[in-house]
Amino acid sequence: MFDFLDSPQYNLLGAFWLTVQLTVFSGIGALVWGTVLAGMRVSPVPVMRAFGTAYVNVVRNTPLTLIIVFTSLGLYNSLGITLGAEGDIESINFRLAVLGLAAYTATFVCEALRSGINTVGLGQAEAARALGLSFFQVLWSIVLPQAFRSVVAPLANVLIALTKNTTVAAAIGVAEAALLMKEMIENESDAILLVFAVFAFGFIVLTLPTGLVLGWLSKRVAVKR
Amino acid sequence: MSSVLYDTPGPRAKVRNVLYTVGFLVVLGAALYWVLRTLGDAGELEADKWSPFFTDSRVWTTFLLPGLVNTLKAAALAMAIALPLGAVLGIARLSDHAWVRSTAGAIVEFFRAIPVLLLMVFANEAYAMWTNVDSDVRPLYAVVTGLVLYNASVLAEVVRAGILSLPRGQTDAAQAIGMRKWQVMTFVLLPQAVTAMLPAIVSQLVVIVKDTALGGAVLGFSELLRQGDLITVNYSNPIAAYLFVGVLFIVLNFALTSGASWLERRIRQGRKSSGAVLGTEQLEELENVGPEPVTERGGQTDRT
Amino acid sequence: MRFRKTGAAVAAALALAVSATACGGDSGSDDTITIGIKFDQPGLGLKTPDGAYEGFDVDVATYVAKELGYEAEDIEWKQSPSPERENLLSRGDVDMIAATYSITDERKEKVSFAGPYLIAHQDLLIRSDETAITDASDLNDKNLCSVGGSTSAQNVKNELAPEAELQEFDTYSKCLDGLSKGTVDALTTDDAILAGYAAQENYEGQFKLAGLSLSDENYGIGLKKGDTEMQEKVNAALEKMVEDGSWKEAVDKHFGPAGYDPGEAPEITEKS
Repeated sequence: MFDFLDSPQYNLLGAFWLTVQLTVFSGIGALVWGTVLAGMRVSPVPVMRAFGTAYVNVVRNTPLTLIIVFTSLGLYNSLGITLGAEGDIESINFRLAVLGLAAYTATFVCEALRSGINTVGLGQAEAARALGLSFFQVLWSIVLPQAFRSVVAPLANVLIALTKNTTVAAAIGVAEAALLMKEMIENESDAILLVFAVFAFGFIVLTLPTGLVLGWLSKRVAVKR
Repeated sequence: MSSVLYDTPGPRAKVRNVLYTVGFLVVLGAALYWVLRTLGDAGELEADKWSPFFTDSRVWTTFLLPGLVNTLKAAALAMAIALPLGAVLGIARLSDHAWVRSTAGAIVEFFRAIPVLLLMVFANEAYAMWTNVDSDVRPLYAVVTGLVLYNASVLAEVVRAGILSLPRGQTDAAQAIGMRKWQVMTFVLLPQAVTAMLPAIVSQLVVIVKDTALGGAVLGFSELLRQGDLITVNYSNPIAAYLFVGVLFIVLNFALTSGASWLERRIRQGRKSSGAVLGTEQLEELENVGPEPVTERGGQTDRT
Repeated sequence: MRFRKTGAAVAAALALAVSATACGGDSGSDDTITIGIKFDQPGLGLKTPDGAYEGFDVDVATYVAKELGYEAEDIEWKQSPSPERENLLSRGDVDMIAATYSITDERKEKVSFAGPYLIAHQDLLIRSDETAITDASDLNDKNLCSVGGSTSAQNVKNELAPEAELQEFDTYSKCLDGLSKGTVDALTTDDAILAGYAAQENYEGQFKLAGLSLSDENYGIGLKKGDTEMQEKVNAALEKMVEDGSWKEAVDKHFGPAGYDPGEAPEITEKS
């Protein structure tokens, strides 16, 4: 009954490895872009504030499936954006999926960071301004480092959600875990429970340690007040 | 908060801000121009790809509106089941009995760790194999099941966090006037926890609405996004179709968020005004809810 | 009291949803016939903006239903996605299925077939100005598009052109968009299905079939396993459809615009 698990037809480890890669790359992208968005939303330039707010409200309220499909049909097909992987469909799809996941997840990073910025004591920013630091210096050297420390736990939840959201990349043919599961369910219809158990286990292995490690980290780095 | 991060702009800062504004707008405008031009070159802006949405009412009556109804149906069902189930699971995780705590904990952690897409696919197969659910509604059942399992687990954590955030005095006071455990929970703790966690609950409801789209992609459930696919088959206009579908989702979720923050404001207001004096607002509600005495939030009001 | 109000609203929404779904499943009655078709395949089975259904499968099914004594308005059409077809038949959700349903030995273990009524072949859809693809092996340095996990895609990937770049989507129409914009070079599945896409108004003249017969797909009408009485009736109806020229008419109507000719009507092979 378990024989299909090590059948060469199904590359279970490979599929989950792709899930991990999707998570890591889009996680980094989301962190960077989310921080930039948060910076925009608290910046002194009204146009940037408006852009940040509009971006977050639009992207956060759009289904991820739609965003991922749009990266392929809109960005690639219509605009010809290949993200430097001309001619290699597998890489293009992977990179497009990373882009879509990062663009979507960044809105959650941005909102988490914004609430983190709110927890930083007023005196911190005031003292920094009294020293003559510019907005960017205040944000980058004083406020953000503290804000990050207080939002490790929410960011961990964002990362876990991102891990699970990578399954949506199957919509544009990225061969990660969810695509393999669909294939296995079609071919091994008499062992559905087992197939499900295998994939459920895989995701638990990926997400539980993330939660535990980052939970521990969040307690360690929390700013004592 | 934002104003704390920078000084009131002086003359030089004002000039700099104007420069930033202009620079940002130029970059944004250039990007927009390039996108529109490239789309135009690819023929995506031709009138016959967009006009169906404005001139052909059948696009709306045959595809978009039925899709919207299905999306709303699945989302409403999932919310209505997941909210009470989440509350029960959340309370169970705070139970005095270790076996209740650990069972609820295991359920919550399990379903929180698994992608909702997997849950939907599996629910669909399970319904097909082991139950008699009619194939007309099977995708709906599967979508709702997947959404409920996942979101009830998340809501359980929200409710639990809300209850834990309440001051210990609330429980003490309730016990001091002789309330039983379940009374303390349902009349004192839960109503306050739900109010406190309303923003988190609403963002979870938005997640539910968005995730119905997964059902269309993997199960062929004819929700809004799936209907967008059918439009592209008829009119060959994927960009236009998905844009309209996206706008509908955004408007829907925006309405949900706005409605919730309105509700939240009302609840907060209601909290401030004591029960001693009834405002017109509360009198209005009196008529709606029947003869029971209206007291300050607390009484037998909670039916979640 | 505020919660009671929202609670009531939620309950109302719930009741509405339940009542709306509860009246969905009355497929067993005698004065109507339920037929499974595809909803999203132009030329074969497509839901049009009018809410009507059109295509070759639809016409065949309508004709057969008429021979069985059901008028067009007595037919209840039901969406039959490929992986669901066996389930729908064996559970009695539909009376028959005409949805690009290839007759295979594997499927015959679970359902019975009547027909075939059309022989399709796996083929490629390419741009009209494409000259570099004349054979399946030409795909090796090309971008090929198909629906994820479909047998056509696996066939090319494993046998015909292992080096081809394979783009997989969940619908063929997404492939078509890429084909028209040049991000994919060929779309592969049965030629009858491809012809339907090529004949679409908005893509008229843009695509052509490569004309490779990479496989034989005998489209049959799926029936409940072992229903020989129905099988005979449907076979008779299909034979009559060919004889009185309706079959040819339907072929010309739906496949003609794409220049696709499935040849003569196939011999009925599925007899008990």
